[in-house]
Amino acid sequence: MVDLSVDIGALRLANPVMPASGTFAHELAQVFDVDRLGALVIKTVTADKRIGNPTPRVAEVAGGMLNSIGIPCKGPQHFLDETVPLYRAFKAPLVASISANTPDEFARLCEMVSVPGVTAIEVNISCPNIEDDGRAFAMRPEPTLAVMRKLRAASDLPLWAKLTPNAGEIQEVAQAAEQGGADALVVANTILAMSIDITTRKPSLGKVMGGLSGPAVKPIILRMAYQCARSVAIPVIGCGGIMNAEDAIEYMLAGCSAVQVGTATFIHPSAMLSVIDGIEAWCAQNGVARVRDIIGDLAQAGDEGARNWGADMSAEKPKSGKPGEMNWEGVA
Amino acid sequence: MQTVHAVPPQPDSLPVLEERAEILRHEAVNGEYRLMQVAAPAQAKLARAGQFFHLLCPQDDALKPFFRRPMSIYAIDAEGGRISFLYKVTGTGTKALAKLAIGERLDMLGPLGIGFSLPRGKAPIVILARGVGLATLAPLVGLAQSEGHAVTAILSARSPDLLMSVEETRAAGADAITVTDAQGNSDTGHVASLLDDLHQQGRMGALYACGSNRLLKLAQEHATRHGLFGEVAMEQQMACGLGMCFCCVRAFREGDATVHRRVCCEGPVFPLEEALGW
Ligand SMILES: Cc1cc2nc3c(=O)[nH]c(=O)nc-3n(C[C@H](O)[C@H](O)[C@H](O)COP(=O)(O)OP(=O)(O)OC[C@H]3O[C@@H](n4cnc5c(N)ncnc54)[C@H](O)[C@@H]3O)c2cc1C
Ligand SMILES: Cc1cc2nc3c(=O)[nH]c(=O)nc-3n(C[C@H](O)[C@H](O)[C@H](O)COP(=O)(O)O)c2cc1C
Repeated sequence: MVDLSVDIGALRLANPVMPASGTFAHELAQVFDVDRLGALVIKTVTADKRIGNPTPRVAEVAGGMLNSIGIPCKGPQHFLDETVPLYRAFKAPLVASISANTPDEFARLCEMVSVPGVTAIEVNISCPNIEDDGRAFAMRPEPTLAVMRKLRAASDLPLWAKLTPNAGEIQEVAQAAEQGGADALVVANTILAMSIDITTRKPSLGKVMGGLSGPAVKPIILRMAYQCARSVAIPVIGCGGIMNAEDAIEYMLAGCSAVQVGTATFIHPSAMLSVIDGIEAWCAQNGVARVRDIIGDLAQAGDEGARNWGADMSAEKPKSGKPGEMNWEGVA
Repeated sequence: MQTVHAVPPQPDSLPVLEERAEILRHEAVNGEYRLMQVAAPAQAKLARAGQFFHLLCPQDDALKPFFRRPMSIYAIDAEGGRISFLYKVTGTGTKALAKLAIGERLDMLGPLGIGFSLPRGKAPIVILARGVGLATLAPLVGLAQSEGHAVTAILSARSPDLLMSVEETRAAGADAITVTDAQGNSDTGHVASLLDDLHQQGRMGALYACGSNRLLKLAQEHATRHGLFGEVAMEQQMACGLGMCFCCVRAFREGDATVHRRVCCEGPVFPLEEALGW
C-alpha cells in the first residue's frame, strides 16, 4: 500500500491530484466517482455577474488548446446559495476559486466565500487589476504583495495564490505571494497566446487572444514550478499540461506537493483517475512508500553516466548543476 | 462497467460512459457523408434521440485533432447494442474519423445532452431538416411514430444526391418531402407554402428543425403563428461536452432577457421559440 496523502500547509489531502479551475464541475460526477480526487477546485467566481467572451471561445493548436472563455459567472450570492450546498454531496474538500478587478473588491469577495463547506480558497490573481492599468496582479511582485495582504486579512481559510506564467520573474512574484500570506502557490494559469485561420484570415478566438494550455505548455510551466518551489518555503501545486501520471511525477520531482489537471479532462474525462492510479503504480514499482517522499527529490543534473548508453562514463565526469556565482541556467 | 456515484440531484444526472466501441460498418453514403455503426451495448441502452456522443478522433502522422468531436446519434438499436452516426467529412477531426476501419475501435463519450421531447397527445409533427440536421432529426422519426405521432419530414439538400435518409423515413411509415437547391424548390418561400399546406391538412401539430438558420427562422414563424410546440437542435464548438468549460454557448431569449446556454448540457435540443439562431 502506497501512502498517497500530501500536505498543503495544514491541509492534508488524500492524494495529490485535483482539477484545475475552470475545467471541472459537478457534471464530471456523471462519469466517475469524484470523491477519489484529492480536492475539488471549481471554476473561478467573480465579484460581479459576467456573461463571458464572444465565441469561438476555444481553438485547437498543436499539442493543446487556446481558450478565452472570459469567466462567465452568476456572482458570489449564487455561489453561496447554490454551489456550496451542491458540493455537500461530495466528500473531497471543496476549494473555491475567486477573482476580482481591485484589491478591495477581491478582499470583500474572499471574506464572503469564507464559509463552512469551503476548505480552501484559490485566489486567481492572474486576472486584470484595474488599479494597475489592467495588468494582472501576478504580473509583478508589488501588486501581488499588496493584494495578498488584503486577502490574508479577509480570511482565515488556507489561501492558494494562482500565478500567471506571463510574468517576467515568476520567482519574485512567488516570493511576494508568500510574503503576503499565501499558504500555497498554484503554478500556473494559461500562457497568453493566439492563432489565425489563414483561410478566413480571422483570429481563431472571438476575443483574438486567449490562454494556451495542454501538453504544449508542460515544459515551460514545469520550469516555472521548479523555480518557484526553490524560491519559497510554502507548498507549490503544479498545473500545466499534465496528461498522465508521468507528467504529474515530473512536477512532484521538480518540487510540487500536488498537481492540478485541466485540459486532459476534456480529452479523457477520467484522466485524473488515471493519474492517481498511475502515481500509485509508479510508487509501488519504485519502492516509494509515501508519495510525499518524492516531492523535490530531483537527482543532480549532468551525470552523463546516468543515461546508461553503455559506455562507462562515470569516472571523471564533472558534476554540473551546482549553484555557481552566476546563473547560466537555460543559456543556449 | 461503470457504476453510478454520488451525484447531486439534477435533471442531467444520468451516467455518462467512455467506451471503446468496435466499428461494425463504415461506408460513404454519398460524396460528403459517411455512415458509421458501432457496437456499444451499454451506451445504446441509455441513448435517446437528439442526444450526441463526443468522439475521440484518432491521431496519425498527418492529422492531429486534439478535442473530441460532437456527433448526433443517427440511429439507436438498443436491443442489438448498436449506435450509428451519419457524418460529413469536413476538417481535421472528421477526416481522421473517416480513416477508421471496420474492426477498429472508437473512443466514445456519452450519451450526452438533452434529447427531443414530443408534444402532448398524438399531435402530428413536422420535421424540417437540412445538412447535418438530416442525421440529428432521423431518430426522431421512429421515436415519434412509435408514440403514435404521424410524421412529415421535409428533407432539404443542395442536390438530390446529397439527400439522405429518405428511404429510412418512408420505411418508418413517415411522409418524406424532398427539396433541393438544384431543383430550385428549397427556398424559404416554397418551404413556407409546404408548411401552410401541412397546417391546412391538419398535419402540423408541432415543428422540429435542425441544420439551417433559415429553416429555424421559418419554423419559428410558423410555430408562433399557429401556437405550436417546437424544438430545435443546435450546434456549437465544444471542448468538454459535459457542461464544465462553457465554450459551447449560444444566445437564447428568456422573457425579455438574452441569456447564454450551453449546447452540450442544456441542449443540444432547445425550445424552438427561445433560440436566437446564429
Ligand atoms: C450536438 C452536435 C451534433 C452534431 N451532429 C453531427 C452529425 O450528426 N453529423 C455531422 O456531420 N456533424 C455533426 N455535428 C457537427 C460536427 O461536430 C462537426 O462537423 C465536426 O466537429 C467538425 O470537425 P472537423 O475536425 O472535421 O472540422 P474542423 O473545422 O477542422 O473543426 C475545428 C473545430 O471546430 C469544431 N467544429 C467545426 N464545425 C462544427 C460544427 N458544425 N459544430 C460543432 N463544432 C464544430 C470541431 O469540433 C473542432 O473543435 C454536430 C455538432 C454538434 C454540436
Ligand atoms: C476552458 C478553460 C477554462 C479555464 N478557466 C479558469 C478559471 O476560471 N480560473 C483559473 O484560475 N484558471 C482557469 N483555467 C486555467 C486552468 O485552471 C489551468 O491553469 C490551465 O489550463 C493549465 O493547466 P492544463 O494544461 O492542465 O489545462 C482555465 C483553463 C481552460 C482550458
